[in-house]
Amino acid sequence: MTRSLLLLSLLVTWLAGVPASHAQSPEALKALADLAADNAEKREAAVNVLGGTRDPKWLELLAALRDGNVYARTQGKALEVVVGGTKSTKGDAELIDIASAYTRTALGTVPVASLTEIAADRRLRIAIKPFLDADETRAQLASADPERRRGAALKLGHQADASAAAVVEAAIAKESVDRVRETLQQAQALIRLAHGQAADRILAAQSLGNLHSFDAMPALQGLAADPGASRAERDAATHAIRQIERWSLLVRTVETLFQGASLASILLLMALGLAIVFGLMGVINMAHGELMALGAYSTFVVQNVFRARWPEAFDAYFVVALPVSFVVAAVVGVILERGVIRRLYGRPLETLLLTWGASLIIQQGLRLWFGAANVDVSSPSWLSGGFALMNGLTLPVNRLFIIALAAASVGGMYGLLFRTGAGLRIRAVTQNRAMSACLGVRAGWVDATTFALGAGLAGLAGCALTQIGNVGPSLGQNYIVDSFMVVVTGGVGKLAGTILAAAGIGGLNKGIEPALGAVFAKVAILVMVILFLQRRPAGLFATRGRSAEA
Amino acid sequence: MPRREAVALGVAALLLVVALPICNALPTSSPLHLSDFRLNLFGKFLAYAILALGLDLLWGYAGVLSLGHGVFFGLGAYAMGMHLMLEIGAKSVYQSALPDFMVWNQVKELPLFWRPFYSGAFTLAAIVLVPGLFALAFGFLAFRSRIRGVYFSIITQALALSAWLVFNRNEMRLGGTNGLADFKTIFGFSLNQASTQRGLYAVTALVLVVAYLVCRWITNSRAGKVLVAIRDSETRVLFSGYSPARYKLFVFVVSAVLAGVAGALYAPQVGIITPAKLGVLPSIEMVVWVAAGGRGTLVGAALGAFGVNWMQSWLTTSYPDLWLLFLGGLFMGVVLFFPDGLVGALARTATRMMRLTRSASSTATPTESARSREAPRTGHPRPEPVSRTPLQ
Repeated sequence: MTRSLLLLSLLVTWLAGVPASHAQSPEALKALADLAADNAEKREAAVNVLGGTRDPKWLELLAALRDGNVYARTQGKALEVVVGGTKSTKGDAELIDIASAYTRTALGTVPVASLTEIAADRRLRIAIKPFLDADETRAQLASADPERRRGAALKLGHQADASAAAVVEAAIAKESVDRVRETLQQAQALIRLAHGQAADRILAAQSLGNLHSFDAMPALQGLAADPGASRAERDAATHAIRQIERWSLLVRTVETLFQGASLASILLLMALGLAIVFGLMGVINMAHGELMALGAYSTFVVQNVFRARWPEAFDAYFVVALPVSFVVAAVVGVILERGVIRRLYGRPLETLLLTWGASLIIQQGLRLWFGAANVDVSSPSWLSGGFALMNGLTLPVNRLFIIALAAASVGGMYGLLFRTGAGLRIRAVTQNRAMSACLGVRAGWVDATTFALGAGLAGLAGCALTQIGNVGPSLGQNYIVDSFMVVVTGGVGKLAGTILAAAGIGGLNKGIEPALGAVFAKVAILVMVILFLQRRPAGLFATRGRSAEA
Repeated sequence: MPRREAVALGVAALLLVVALPICNALPTSSPLHLSDFRLNLFGKFLAYAILALGLDLLWGYAGVLSLGHGVFFGLGAYAMGMHLMLEIGAKSVYQSALPDFMVWNQVKELPLFWRPFYSGAFTLAAIVLVPGLFALAFGFLAFRSRIRGVYFSIITQALALSAWLVFNRNEMRLGGTNGLADFKTIFGFSLNQASTQRGLYAVTALVLVVAYLVCRWITNSRAGKVLVAIRDSETRVLFSGYSPARYKLFVFVVSAVLAGVAGALYAPQVGIITPAKLGVLPSIEMVVWVAAGGRGTLVGAALGAFGVNWMQSWLTTSYPDLWLLFLGGLFMGVVLFFPDGLVGALARTATRMMRLTRSASSTATPTESARSREAPRTGHPRPEPVSRTPLQ
């Protein structure tokens, strides 16, 4: 408490401008001499005095002291404290440049042996820290970066010290960014709540309630339960608490919805490729997860190339990585389809095993090539950070991006299937392969392109996953069973089924996760899917009519 | 059972149940001596072979591909493991009547569902009943709603994933990731003694022979014919007045029980059972044993389990990096080039040889081969057909 009190008083002093008298006041000079004393108590007191001046030059000295660069030397009868600079060696003697403690005027080069280091032990460093930290907070409150200003404001709010009120008020007046101003107002209200009169406290509680300030909860709860406070104060606090709680419920709901949407979009990205291939060929591609891993590793490689060749354009790597991972996965997909899967048409269970074998080989290949450990893919700067939707809720940009990517993929898929000739042929073969072939559609070619498309989507999903998770050889395994469930629940032949199933499974998963935990939420989803299939054995949108019965 | 098969089975049974343990009991200097390690390894493989028989019954005959048999294996193994844990008693590291992992997890009292496992008889019943009843419930829901083909495979794979996740949780009181281990005795016999291990091996081999007889009896029965019919055209079976769901449920439960028994024989011989044995990968590996050996032949499944696992124990020690590549290659190779597995390929070669030697080829008895039954269907079938007629 004393420390934070000191700290804040320092802050006030600084904002009021450093009086010249502090610079070399007798107390400060005495403290400087005390620094060289043998007595630990005296040295600590000296640090407090010097730090208390809030004079940047003294703080610089304290920083030097912490780093072990302050020495004492005998000048006549008295000890003089000096700051060490560059060290050099001349013959046997080690030399050091020294400068005076406050003004930093150079005092020449002397042998190290002639100096005594003033050791900053743990206790001294602890004493120094708050002063330097306060300095930092001060610098942050004046920083050009709003996030740093906000951090400083949060800190001041937590400390809630009366003497900071003036600083905060001054900062509010200057502040132009809403979010930061709100945080400063919160800090102000917290300070008033802690130190103001009854009327002030009521106003402060009201303003905290209106600000939906989560940080103020402990203070408000304290006030609401304080028997010394007046009834009006307690009521104001209780009301504010209720306001904040209602807000937090809203925030949690929105957050869960967002997480659900995020999971759903990931599942959708993965299931989209699986579903069109399943619809067209009746084949579940067990290597889909490994195609995703290939996409993720392509992203990794593209990133490394950019880092090595064009470090100045590093942020652009992801834009290049997206099409690259699509193409890499699509090419591997075509090889798989033309090479082996083609031979097994009409035998879905065998294809299942075949693609599983392929997945093992790809997985082990990746492990041998890139190593078993996860590789590091860093986010481009435009994908990191968050988007502050409301007080207490910041949405990560990378997840927003994945939602957008999933939406774009679905849109693109709809456009392709329903607005182009290729899409028409895909739909024709999906509905009736033999008839389409009779009418001149090259079914084999349609299969290959569709498989390439599905594989490419997997690559795209893998590329997107690098932004939110670890990239390792078994990347595909983590989500793949979930995306199979999406395909099974969605049914074949209709994209809408896949979209609905992804949204349903993603949303339900995140919805019940808080209650059951991640593992049992998964089990619950499985049970629900099985029960759902009792009602609709072929998924949400089953193919009807004679063609449904082979 | 044809006479030739009966003779072959008798010879194999004699070799496995009697000859190998005797070889093990011979003095080390003897050229026929079989080391304890080898015998133990064979015991493990034979346990797997029991599971493979059940899986073959389900997949090779009824055409139902389960990718979740590791779960039933695990249920049997855990049931046996729980009894063995309780048998340790106060001889454990912490000298507590509770299993060690409970002491670590600060469990003060034995959970209720552990208590019946003090009884050996209950344990033996649980080994059969727990996987059986679970398969009954799961299969009832799955087959009743006509989840079939790829759908069924995916659902069972999700089951394996869920079971793996659940068994990994410490709050299940089943040892979490570490599973159950450090067994000391089985029904009073010390597991450290070679004679106990030999006995376990002999029991496993005997159970395998019995399981083979049971499976053969099923496939030779009328029900066996219906199963094959279901595999070849479920809709026609349905329209002929049979209930495919009931037959499939029956065979699913039988194969789950065999898997559970296999697990129970596996646990004491290997000395540890962890969730890693019932996940997605082990479950699908079991399928490749059957595929490699030859599905729809029973004996192929057993041989496949034995062979693939022998290969695995050799490769994982000599070339650990290659094992997964080999396994993946085996999956692809078998599916592409030997759809009826080793036994099918041998049988075909044998038939061809016979044709060459004997001009009267019509008398050659073709072994059941997956390919001949899976005659290429015309056209391009739709994804798993779905019938909308109500179940009778």
